Amino acid sequence: MVDTKVTLCGIGLDNPVIPASGTFGFGREFAELYDINCLGTFSFKGTTREPRFGNPTPRIAECPSGMLNAVGLQNPGVDHVIAEELPELRKIFHKPVMANVSGFSVAEYVEVCEKLDAQEGIGWLEVNVSCPNVHGGGMSFGTCPEAAAEVTRAVRAVTKKPIIIKLSPNVTDIVSIAKACQDAGADGVSLINTLLGMRINLRTRKPLLANTTGGYSGPAVFPVAVRMVWQVSKAVSIPVVGMGGVSTAEDVIEMMLAGATAVEVGAANLVDPYASKKIVEALPQAMGKYGIHSLNEIIGAAHKTN
Amino acid sequence: MDQQFCTILENRPLTDLVWQMKLAADTRSVTAPGQFVNLKLEGLYLRRPISICDWDDGSITLIYKVVGTGTEAMTALQAGQQIDTLVGLGNGYNLDKSGSAPLLIGGGVGVPPMYGLAKQLLAQGKDVTVILGFNTRDELFYEAEFRALGARVFVTTVDGSYGTKGFVTDVMKNLPYSYFYTCGPMPMFKAIEKTAVTSGQFSFEERMGCGFGACMGCTCKTKYGNKRICKDGPVLEREEIVW
Repeated sequence: MVDTKVTLCGIGLDNPVIPASGTFGFGREFAELYDINCLGTFSFKGTTREPRFGNPTPRIAECPSGMLNAVGLQNPGVDHVIAEELPELRKIFHKPVMANVSGFSVAEYVEVCEKLDAQEGIGWLEVNVSCPNVHGGGMSFGTCPEAAAEVTRAVRAVTKKPIIIKLSPNVTDIVSIAKACQDAGADGVSLINTLLGMRINLRTRKPLLANTTGGYSGPAVFPVAVRMVWQVSKAVSIPVVGMGGVSTAEDVIEMMLAGATAVEVGAANLVDPYASKKIVEALPQAMGKYGIHSLNEIIGAAHKTN
Repeated sequence: MDQQFCTILENRPLTDLVWQMKLAADTRSVTAPGQFVNLKLEGLYLRRPISICDWDDGSITLIYKVVGTGTEAMTALQAGQQIDTLVGLGNGYNLDKSGSAPLLIGGGVGVPPMYGLAKQLLAQGKDVTVILGFNTRDELFYEAEFRALGARVFVTTVDGSYGTKGFVTDVMKNLPYSYFYTCGPMPMFKAIEKTAVTSGQFSFEERMGCGFGACMGCTCKTKYGNKRICKDGPVLEREEIVW
C-alpha cells in the first residue's frame, strides 16, 4: 500500500495532483465526465476584480509538443465568481479549492484576495504575478523581486489563508523573485507559468495569435520547469508547487524529486479531459515501480544526492 | 461528450482538397446535427475539431478540407487504424425552430453539417431546400447525396462553371423559406445576414484549445454575453450574433 498524501501549506491533500488554473475552468466541464473529488485539489480560473473578455481570437496555436495560448485572463469577475461559480463548485467539489487571483494593480490583488478570503471552501490563494498575456498587469509584477514582494505583502495583510505566489519563467533570475516572495510572507510559490512564445503563419506572414505573442505550455516546457523547480526549491524553505508540461504520473514524481510538494497539471487537461484523473490513478503503480512508499518522502530527494 | 478510440472505416478524397472519413463509433453522445468531434492526431499536440456530416447508430461520417498540418495528417490515415476521438461536442443546430420550409445553406467545407441536418428535417416531414455554394465546379461535392435524401437542391459557383453563377445569396433572395440554417465562410455569413428575411442559425469556426469549454480559447462576444464557440456554440442564433 503506497501513500500519496502530501501537505501543502498546512492543508492535507489526498494526492499532489492539481489541475492548473486556466485549464480547468471552475471544474464543471470535467465534473460532467468524472468525479473530480479524486484530485488533490484544483486551481480555478484566474479571477480579477472586473469581468474580462480577454484577448481577440485566435487565442490558441499549435506548437511542437505543446501549445501557445493568449486567452488574456478571460473571467467573469470576482463578484460573479462568488455569486455564481463558487456555489456550483461546492456542489461538485468537496475539498478545499485553490483560488487563482490576478490583477492590474496592488489594490486590485488586495481587493480580490480579501473577497475570496471570506468564502467557504477556499483553501489557498494562488496569486498570479506571471500572466504573459495581459498588458500592465500580471507578469509586470512577477518580473522584478520588489514588485512581487509588494503584492505578496499587500495580500498577506488581508488573509490568513495560505498564499502561493505563481511565478513567471520569463525572468533572468527566478530564484531572487521566489526569495523576495518568501521574505514578504508568502506561504508557497508555484511555477512555472507559461513561457512567452510566438508563431507566424507562413501564408499570411502574420502572427498566428491575434495578441502576437502567447504563453507556451505542454510537454516541451517540462525540462525548463523541472530545472526552475529545482533551483527555487533549493533556495527557499517554503513549499514549491511544480508545474509546466506535466502529463504523466512519472512527470509528477520527477517534479517532486526536483523539490515540488505538489504538482499542477495544465495543458494536458485540454488534450485529454481525463488526464488529471488518469495521472491520479497511475500514481500508485508508478510509485511502486520506483520503490516509493510515500510521496512525502521524495520531495526534493534529488537534492540530497547532489 | 465521451472519449472513444474509433476505428477508421474509410478515408478517401471527394475532390482535390476535400476528403471523407468514416469512423466506427458509439454515437449515443451525438445529440444534434452541427456538433463536432475532436481528433487526436499522431505528432500533433492539440486535437483537431471536425464537424459531423452524418451519423447512424454505429458510425460517424466526417468531411474535411485539407487546409493545414492537421488536416494534411488526416489524409495519411488508413482504414483499420484507430483514432482517439472526443465525440459529441458543441450544441448543434436547434431543429425546433425550423418551421415548415427551412432553407439550408452550405458554403464550401460548410456543406457537410447541412447533410445531417437535412436528413433529420426531412425525417420530420419538413419541406427542405438546400443551397450549396462553391467557387468552381471542381470543388463541388455531395450534390447527389442531398438530392438522394429528397431535398430541393440549388448549386451556385462563383465562376459560373456549374449551377447558378454567383453566390448563395443570389439564389436565396428569390426563394421562400420559413427559417434558415447555415455553415460556411465569414464573407458568406455577412452576405446572408444582409439577405435573410427570417430568423436563422449560423455555425461558426474558431481555433480551439480543448473543444469542450475549459480553456476559453475560442470565446466570442454575443448580444447575450460571452460564448465559447466549442461549448455554447458552434451554432449561434441570428439574433444574438455581433457582426
